This record gives sequence, C-alpha cells and structure tokens, in this order.
Amino acid sequence: MVDPKHPAYKAFKYIGRSRRAVEHRRFVTGQGHYAADVVQPGLLHVAIVASPYASARILSIDSSAALALPGVHAVLTGEELNSAISPMLPGVDAPKVARYPLAQGVVRYAGEWVVAVVAESRALAEDASELVCIEYEQTPHAVDPEAAMAPDAPQVHPAHGGNIIWHRKFTWGPVDEHFAAAEHQLSYRVRWARSSTVPIETFVATCSWNDATQILDVWASIQMPKYPDLLAKCLHLPGNGVRVHYDVDVGGSYGVKRGLKHTILVGFLARKLGRPVRFLEDRLENMRGGDMQGPDRIFDVSFAFDGDGTVRSMRMRAIDDIGAYAGRSPLQLGKPVGAIVGPYRIASVEYDAYSVMTNKTPQEAVRGFGQAPTNYAIETGIDRIARYLGMDPIELRRKNLIDKDSFPYLIPSGTYYDSGDYEAVMDKALAAAPYGDLLKQRETLRAQGLLAGIGVSTCLEPSGGNSAFEPLFNPKNETTTWMDSCLIRIDLNGAVTALMGTSTAGQAHETLVSTVVGEVLQREPDSIRVLHADSLNSLPSNSPVGSRMAIMLGGAAAGAAKILRDKLLTIAAHNLEVAKDALTYEDGSVYLQSNPARRMSWDALVEIAHRKYHCMPEGMEPGLQEKFCWEVPSGGKMPTEDGRVQMYPCHSFESHVVLASIDQQTGKTHLHRYVVGHDCGVMISPDVVHGMTYGGVAHGLGAALLEKFAFSEEGQLLSGTFMDYLLPSAQEVPSITIVDHCTPSPLTEFGQKGSGEAGYLGGPAAIASAINDALAPVGANIDELPMTPQAVWRALRAAGVKEAQ
Amino acid sequence: MSFSPVNVEIKVNGVIQPRTVEPRTTLVDFLRDHLGLTGTHVGCEHGICGACSVLLDGEPVRSCCMFAVQADGMSVTTVEGLAPQRGCLSKMQDAFCETHALQCGYCTPGMLIACHALVERTPQPTEAQIRDAIGGNLCRCTGYQQIVDAVKLATSPGYEVKSAQAKGSGVAHG
Repeated sequence: MVDPKHPAYKAFKYIGRSRRAVEHRRFVTGQGHYAADVVQPGLLHVAIVASPYASARILSIDSSAALALPGVHAVLTGEELNSAISPMLPGVDAPKVARYPLAQGVVRYAGEWVVAVVAESRALAEDASELVCIEYEQTPHAVDPEAAMAPDAPQVHPAHGGNIIWHRKFTWGPVDEHFAAAEHQLSYRVRWARSSTVPIETFVATCSWNDATQILDVWASIQMPKYPDLLAKCLHLPGNGVRVHYDVDVGGSYGVKRGLKHTILVGFLARKLGRPVRFLEDRLENMRGGDMQGPDRIFDVSFAFDGDGTVRSMRMRAIDDIGAYAGRSPLQLGKPVGAIVGPYRIASVEYDAYSVMTNKTPQEAVRGFGQAPTNYAIETGIDRIARYLGMDPIELRRKNLIDKDSFPYLIPSGTYYDSGDYEAVMDKALAAAPYGDLLKQRETLRAQGLLAGIGVSTCLEPSGGNSAFEPLFNPKNETTTWMDSCLIRIDLNGAVTALMGTSTAGQAHETLVSTVVGEVLQREPDSIRVLHADSLNSLPSNSPVGSRMAIMLGGAAAGAAKILRDKLLTIAAHNLEVAKDALTYEDGSVYLQSNPARRMSWDALVEIAHRKYHCMPEGMEPGLQEKFCWEVPSGGKMPTEDGRVQMYPCHSFESHVVLASIDQQTGKTHLHRYVVGHDCGVMISPDVVHGMTYGGVAHGLGAALLEKFAFSEEGQLLSGTFMDYLLPSAQEVPSITIVDHCTPSPLTEFGQKGSGEAGYLGGPAAIASAINDALAPVGANIDELPMTPQAVWRALRAAGVKEAQ
Repeated sequence: MSFSPVNVEIKVNGVIQPRTVEPRTTLVDFLRDHLGLTGTHVGCEHGICGACSVLLDGEPVRSCCMFAVQADGMSVTTVEGLAPQRGCLSKMQDAFCETHALQCGYCTPGMLIACHALVERTPQPTEAQIRDAIGGNLCRCTGYQQIVDAVKLATSPGYEVKSAQAKGSGVAHG
C-alpha cells in the first residue's frame, strides 16, 4: 500500500488515493467497446490462407472455386495487393527486408499469409479459403539462429545478404583492463525462450472507406506508435486520409498489438470493395501468423569480479532470433542498453548484440521491450558469482547495488538513472517475506524430501518510453522526440473534458488523466470526462509503450491543466484588480490572500471566459481550451559516436523474493511465497499500479515456468493453441505480496515513474533463481527458460537423481 | 458449408428470443451477432480461456464450444443480465470495481459469470474454492489476485453495492 509517511503524498488531494477506475463500470456490465463489437452496415469478413511451409516458392494460386462460391466478394493475392502499396520497413537500416501483408513469390515462415478471402460472413470466408489451391515447392530453411548466422546458411532474405539484420559491438569503458585486473572471471550461457504477452483478445481490424470524403476509418485493437502515419504511408494515402478511432477498448496488449499488416490488408480491401471489412484473427492465426511472438535470445556472458564480491566488468553477447521479418523487433536489443548494468555499480561493459532472421514467425514488441530477458541474464550471473565465491547472493547484491546517495547515476552506456534506493526496496521485500521464515521453511521442505529454494532478484524497470534506440541502431534515423499530449477544455457549464490521442489496453488512462487534471484544477476527478480522440482530431501521441503514460500522458495532462489554472487566475486578477501572486487558487475558486472574502467562483470565472469578453484581460483568447505537448524529459539528444545515449528518463526498481519447491518425481515447481518490493516513485493510481504489478508477476511466471512458442526442425509451430501454449491460471499464480517504496523522480510533474512493465522485469529472474537454488544441493542447474516440469525432470535425471520406487 | 436454417427459441436474460440460425452457429456468435449482446467475448474459440462463459440454465458453460441449436429451449444469462436491474450492479460487479479486479476488461464478463456461479452454490467460498472456480478462466492482466479479493469482498458479511453510479471513494490508503 502507499507509504503514508512519505512526504511526497502529502502535497496531493487526489493523487495516490484509492479511487474506482472510471473504465470499470462499462467493462463489468458488458458495455465495453472492442474492435469486434464495431459493426458497420454491409460488413464483410476476411479469412486467411496461410503457408504450410517454413520456406517455399509459390508456384501457382487457383482461386476460381473460392470465387465461385455464392457470397464470396474477393480473393486477394500478394501480386495484386503488393503492387498497390508500399512495404513495411524494419526499424533498422535494412531496406531489402521488405514486408508485405501477403506473401508474393516465396513464403518465409509457416503461417505466413498468402491469400485473403472476403465473404459475407466469417464462416463463409473460411469455407471459401479451403477452396483456394496453392502449389508450393519447398526450399531450404533456417530455424536455429546460431546456424543461421553462418555464411552458407539458407537465406531468409537473399537480397539482404545474410541472415544477420543488425549487429554492433559496443564497448563502454576499459573492459579489457578491468577484466585483466579482476581476481576472478566466470562465463555462462543462458537462453530466454520465445514467448509473448498473448492477450485474451486476438487482433481485430475493421475498416471502412468513404468515396465521398476519401477517408479510411479504422477501428482496431491497436497499441502502436505512429500507427496512423505508417498505415497511410503504406496505403499511399495522405496522413489526413486515415482516421483511427482511439475510443476502441483494446482487450490486452502489453506491447504486441501492432497489427499494421492486418490493417493495411483490411484497409486495402475496404477501399477496393467499397464495403466495410473486418478481419478477426482466430487463436491459431494470432499465435502463428499474427506476428506477435517475443524475444528469443541466447546470452553468452562473462563477469570480472574480485574475491570480496566486487563486480568490475561484464561482457555480454546477445543473439536474438527475430523470425522471418522485422518491424521494431531488432530495437528490442536496444532498450537494454539503457539499463545494461542493472542496479549494479559495474564500471565497464562490452555488449555484442546480433539480431538474426530465421524462418519463423516474426517477433514483436513484448512488455519491457527486451529488458526482461536481459535482466534474467544479468541476475543469473549475480547468483553464479555468489555461488562461486560462497557468498550469500543477498549480501553480494548489497555490496554492488548503486547507493541511494549516488543519483543521478551515470552508467557506462550513457544513461543517467534518475533516482532510487535499491537496498531499501530489497530490504523491504526481505522483511515482508520475512526472509528468516523463508530460510526455515526451505529447511522444512527439504526435510520433507522436496527440493526447495529461495530466489531473489533486483531489477531495473526503465520507464518513460523514449525512442533513443532508434538513432542508436540506425544512423539514418534522427528521432529524438517521443512526445505525448493532452487537450483540456472547460465548457460553459463548468464541466471539464480532457482529450487524449491514443487507445487504451487496460492501463486505465481515463482514470490517470482525470486524477491528474483533478489534482491540478482541484476538481473532483469523477466529474472530469476523458475522451479518446481519433487520429484526425487529436494531438500527437506515441501510444502507451515503454511504461510511459503516467509520465508522459500524466505530464501532458498536468501541463494543459496548469495553463488553464493560470488563465483562470489571470482572469481573476484582472477583475479583482490585483496582481496574480496576491491570489490563491483553491478548488476552482480564486481569492485574495489578504482578504479571502474577496473571491471569484469557478462558475463566475468560466462565464467570463465564455461570455464576457469585456471582463477579460486585453489580448486573452476567449474560451477555456488549452493543450500541452510534452517532450520526454531528458530526451532530445543524438547518441555519441561510441554509442552512448540517454535511453529512458525514469528508472523504477523491483526486488522479488520467492520460495519454491520442486517435486522430484514430476519436476513440477510450486511457489510457496512471492513478495515484490517495488518503487515507481509517486503512484498516481495505486490500485492500477498494483494491478499491473500482480499481472506482470503472473506474466513473468508464465515466461519462467510454462510458456514457449516451440518450433519443430521443419519450422512448424508446435504450440499454437492454449492446450500446448500454457498461460498461467489462478491455480498456478500464487498469492502475491507487494511492498511499496517511494523515491520520487526529479524529472516528472508529481515525482511519478512508469510501471506498466512492473513484475515482469524481475519475476522470471527470481523464479529461475529459486529453482536453481532448489536444484543446487543435487548438483543440477538449468540455464534455459521456461523451466517446465519436463525441463526440471530432465535436469534432475541428468544430475543422476533417481526416481523413487 | 451452409445447411438449412433452423428455428430456435432461447431465453436470454429473461426474454425469449426466437431466431432462425444456421445449424453451425455457435452460441457465442448467436449472442453477439444475432442478439447484439457483445458483452460476451471470444478469446480462444477452443474452450480453454473462458472469456465466452455464460450461464446455461444456471451452470457456467463455454458458449464458443456449443451450438445455438443445442441451447434451444434453454435459458442463458450473459454479463448483461447479471445486474438486478438496469443502471445497477450486482454485488460481484460492484466488488470487481472496488478491488480493481480487471484492467482491459476482456476476460471480465466470463470471469463474472464464473464467480456468480460459484457464489450461487457456495455463498462463503474459501480462497482455494475461489481459485478453483476461476481456474478455467484466463486473465492476462491481473494475476488473479484482485479477482480473488473481489470475490472475498462480495461474499463478506453485510457487503452492499456502493451506489447506482460508481463514484470514487476518496479514501486514502495507508
């Protein structure tokens, strides 16, 4: 719960208070407005014919039988579509890795879309899709990322010249010297499996074209920066020819809802046919051809350290398998640059990062944008150093954690961490466990014949969604702003309405904005309406990515509200004939400090602005409507030659403490205790922050124990349903204790930091740590996620642990 | 392929709804597309996620895994029918709002159905019973904790729905 002693909260009336989220009422009554709920008259439906092969040439496509079916309106191939649009390009400089919604000539992964069928109903479109005959000739494929890096490997995009789409070796500081001077070194390999956020709602896009207005209307379950602009560009429409409706509720995303290819396809069809068209992925389409799988990484890490536990330097090689096409996926190796040393005083780092293409489903942005795998790799090293030195892993962390008096703290790769007190957060988590009890319980469990272990992690959550990895990874890209904005108006009747320019996928932005605006204007938050604009009548937004909305949308809303508050004060000063600084603004009214009886009410001030121009100061605009567009604090700069840059502005922190046991007969892990110490500065909506943290822990549990997009050697996805890709249920997720800490950020309006990725960034590392602590007494160890019962069972057998009779 | 349409009469949220459907129409498509009751959601379409849960003669079922014709003559309750009357919330709906038991809201209708079914037969469930009852409903946002909290709150002695129109409590934590 909120630390009531922290002075940061005393300044606030609404921030940090428990408040029912504005959004909940429509969701609990079944009145949400999701993309699949949008029904335009004459709506047509799309079904997809997908490639059965990981790599093949398309020899022929015969659509005649499908087209002959009554109710079928079109069968679209890549040949027709791709000549009329521009390709989606990667986030790095690789122009030959072009990506179109439908394959043309060749297919590069099993599940890639080849043909789209449009019919009167979804079922009819599916019927017709089965009548499309496509002849293929299989070609050699690459599925192992390390093998794919070899010069003679089958090439996913031969025109690019090799499967490595991006590589750079960064050296920040005297790594060789530090390694040479250190007393010890150790090296290890860990692997983060391909998993994803897997929202319960699949991707949905509905588009409608109007010949008269020349506008394409889009209702999509989208969470994507620059989506309308990219869509317009690919469809050869002017930017003002695409209208994305951000009032669509998105049924979960956590990064992956980036259906640009879906929307290009549906938008093209709507325009071609002159009818509204919808594509609603089924679950297999979502998992296989929806291009939403996450990072898939091999880390080779070396640490240099001294006998007293002081960590000197780190070398990390990361190979990320991004699949057959690239959007922003290579950039997921970039965000970790901004927290590459975790919370530790590590003086130099070498980071050798490879983004590799294979004949698999393309990778998309996943919660944390690549930071969770990197955190897992770093934390594994800290545990290994502790084991090597025979030190308590908690004491080793304590020795190396950045001290609370060292902020702002500059890490070798060029990012300043804004603020924190990492040791206090870890200690709070340990105290809440309580750690002494966990030690006793571990012994009790071991005495019962179970393997039991305690895991601890201490991890960074960079927040504030800058996009500084774009210029870092692509010299042709000079993006140095990642702004967000808000427009607020007070109407003639005195009601306040705020307008935001992006969609929401469960982050309760209406609650965020109304709380912030209520705080600044000192009006009851529940009286403030927050609307999601559409892309043609909104100000710029970069969407809710990178744990940024509390900082960026919250900051923009506060900025606009402050301008309005100042305007009201100016009107009052003019009418009371005093200087502004002689006045106090309170709950919307303004009074003279020296004589509080001399005051003007909210209603009176609003009426002047709307009706009484003669009572307004000279030169002031009539009406009450103001906007504020905010640049990311600490942003705005290009990287240095040696690849140093301020990545995200704010740095939340989490420390997980886990007690786990393993059944030696089945390999199944059970979590007995789960505590998270968390510091994301001032929490604007504590219930929302806690909710996302609980959810992030559960998501991390899935990545650590259950979830994997497994592929066969032929490149076939083996886990495309919820029967083989396992999401944690209420049975697997334990009761979780969150302990809050508050270190305000000096960079933000209220001291808030971001927290949308909380729980997920430190959870997998802590669970893996607990499992390896449990396995250590029998000499077993696992360096790969997910640590499924099968993986644990294999590790036990490999270590010579026999099954009981 | 299409087959001859079939006449069905299904009582939905207390109203008998006669319709003509293709035999292959699933119950969830019937509710969403034929009746416009879009509160019931489709998540996996293979019976795992539980987003499409509805009450069929009082028992929770997956409406994606049965055909509308199978529900002919039966009574269905969807999320739109859980509140005692329009503009009000059930205790469970109210408690979900109070404990922040939802985020994106997509699994919420199915989750509410599962919880209503639970308290119908077990008015004072334990945490284990709650987790068991919602074990077939996947939520990707909440980690289930605040859902468990909501069911505990809704079934706590004397819990009353706060107001017809939910408002902020304005009570500070701590």
